[in-house]
Amino acid sequence: MVKLNSYRTGPDETGHFGIFGGQFVAETLMPLILELDAAYEASKKDPEFAKELSGLLKHFVGRESPLYFAERLTEHYGGAKIYLKREDLNHTGAHKINNCMGQILLARRMGKKRIIAETGAGQHGVATATVAARFGLECAIYMGETDIERQKPNVFRMKLLGAEVVPVKSGARTLKDAMNEALRDWVTNVEDTFYIIGTVAGPHPYPELVRDFQCVIGEETRRQIMEAEGRLPDTLLACIGGGSNAMGLFHPFLDDESIDIIGVEAAGHGIDTDKHAASLKGGRPGVLHGNRTYLLQDDDGQILEAHSISAGLDYPGIGPEHSWLNDIGRVKYVNATDAEALEAFQLCCKLEGIIPALESAHALAYLEKLAPDLPKEHIIVVNLSGRGDKDIFTVADALGVEL
Amino acid sequence: MSETRIDRRFKALKAEGRAAFVTYVMAGDPNLETALKIVKGLPGAGADIIEVGLPFTDPMADGPAIQQAGLRALAAGTTLKKTLKLISEFRIGDDETPIVLMGYYNPIYSYGVDQFLIDAKAAGVDGLIVVDLPSEEDKELCLPAREAGLNFIRLATPTTDDKRLPKVLANSSGFLYYVSIAGTTGAAAPKPSDVAIALTRFRKTTDLPIAVGFGLRTGAQAAEIAKIADGAVVGTALVEQVALGDGDEDKVKRVLDLAREISAGIRSVKKT
Repeated sequence: MVKLNSYRTGPDETGHFGIFGGQFVAETLMPLILELDAAYEASKKDPEFAKELSGLLKHFVGRESPLYFAERLTEHYGGAKIYLKREDLNHTGAHKINNCMGQILLARRMGKKRIIAETGAGQHGVATATVAARFGLECAIYMGETDIERQKPNVFRMKLLGAEVVPVKSGARTLKDAMNEALRDWVTNVEDTFYIIGTVAGPHPYPELVRDFQCVIGEETRRQIMEAEGRLPDTLLACIGGGSNAMGLFHPFLDDESIDIIGVEAAGHGIDTDKHAASLKGGRPGVLHGNRTYLLQDDDGQILEAHSISAGLDYPGIGPEHSWLNDIGRVKYVNATDAEALEAFQLCCKLEGIIPALESAHALAYLEKLAPDLPKEHIIVVNLSGRGDKDIFTVADALGVEL
Repeated sequence: MSETRIDRRFKALKAEGRAAFVTYVMAGDPNLETALKIVKGLPGAGADIIEVGLPFTDPMADGPAIQQAGLRALAAGTTLKKTLKLISEFRIGDDETPIVLMGYYNPIYSYGVDQFLIDAKAAGVDGLIVVDLPSEEDKELCLPAREAGLNFIRLATPTTDDKRLPKVLANSSGFLYYVSIAGTTGAAAPKPSDVAIALTRFRKTTDLPIAVGFGLRTGAQAAEIAKIADGAVVGTALVEQVALGDGDEDKVKRVLDLAREISAGIRSVKKT
């Protein structure tokens, strides 16, 4: 591991984390991105902004979310003590709304009238549609046709919330293509539109501001584990697609060097196949969607389709700060297959009475490799980033059950 | 930097008193052989400058027509290497017409910037337009390209205000490409009166020739632009002919026929 005084100082003034990050966008968007950066910097200095945000997080989102001792999972593995950070209990059922609430307040400050977003599993789309409804702003959500098919309940939720769900027919019709199409919308409607990016990726300042809005997860966890155990945890565990739930949990702990921090990528059918979404293990640095980061790509620099049973992890890239943390060795990145995630999904249902999102089930899946061999006083915090109601059709299908 | 084919061409056209006809076609669309025929035919059909599209899986600033063209090219096995080969084959018969390679950064970054610049120069590329490299990222490719003697051509857009303009112009050369509407390629045509206002504004700050594109489809539209700009860029409309054509021969014919029509429009406008 590269030794630094702090692992929390990024990005630099040009929006980079080491070689990663940056502002790789069309000129049409640049003035707006600079304007966003300025608005975000101003909001950080404004106590009114923080006050409004924290009020909404408390009364509308329902924070803080519990840090729950998972007694039966702990017993099951017979090793480390397992805590779950219950982001699944947030309004709209996942961590995504933490970021959406922050961004929509920025949009309002900037006087924007229209909100757009991309979505994979539909969690970010639902969260965006929710905050747009709450503040009475027009909202269009870009979603790949493949994802629309596998996430029907969320599609209907977005429509109920008054959003237009725009089917994306290009490419593999999943999250990457939805992001392309959202960027095209933004280029076209740049004057009045605010793009709420759902993860810690995209051009600077998005990776930074999404991270900051998600850090509430890790900040609460610090406080809660001190209350529960009188000390900090030994290990943090979270799933990673773009990596916003993981970054939200990890970032406030990065400078506590004794804490092992582990991100779990989606290995799909297996990291040795061509059907996975593990950008760090199976990719190399490249430039896409406004930032340099690890990407799944072929020898010619063409982007490859990712695969995961979980629509929210089905993306060929990862947030640039994760790429940097990987390269300097501060965070360890591992992966879990579709099959392992499905197993963990069912186990969590049966042992804890919690239906986790398939995304979060990837983090849970790694417990089997980690927890049994650790001593009983070892504390692991897993980010249960979302609930799995949206996934029951996918899981039924995978288990061969007809609903 | 020393004079490029692009500089020479604009100088000659200025002397001739007319605007440049800048064409865009996708390398390897519908296949490498046919694309080479199209590129080779373009100067004869009136093209003064040829932009060759470098296909990319995720063209964020392109509309459906150019997205599809890129996918056809990739399906036909087009790579950056084969794109450069196409350009060097074009150069065998034409050492005058400027070639601008236009695309997105990742294939170039993946190839390696230093090697790319050597190979692009050797193939006969004169300029680069890389959509996702704004001036904030000049160190990536713009500055090394200048060093290598290639023009780095920048896009200005309706969102490029007076504060932003000097940043856009710094380190750019060859010409300024004015994307006349906020949108993706192939969207609605711009209003010539709006374009004229923008050009007047830009000319206060730069002596570079200004070519205007996005949304131009016909000889008449291009002629309107030719009256006020130093060049008119047509891409989507040409690329659509590749999709419409029935068989490779018809595709070549359709592209070149349309190019001739637009060229006639541009050439009908004489400037003093």
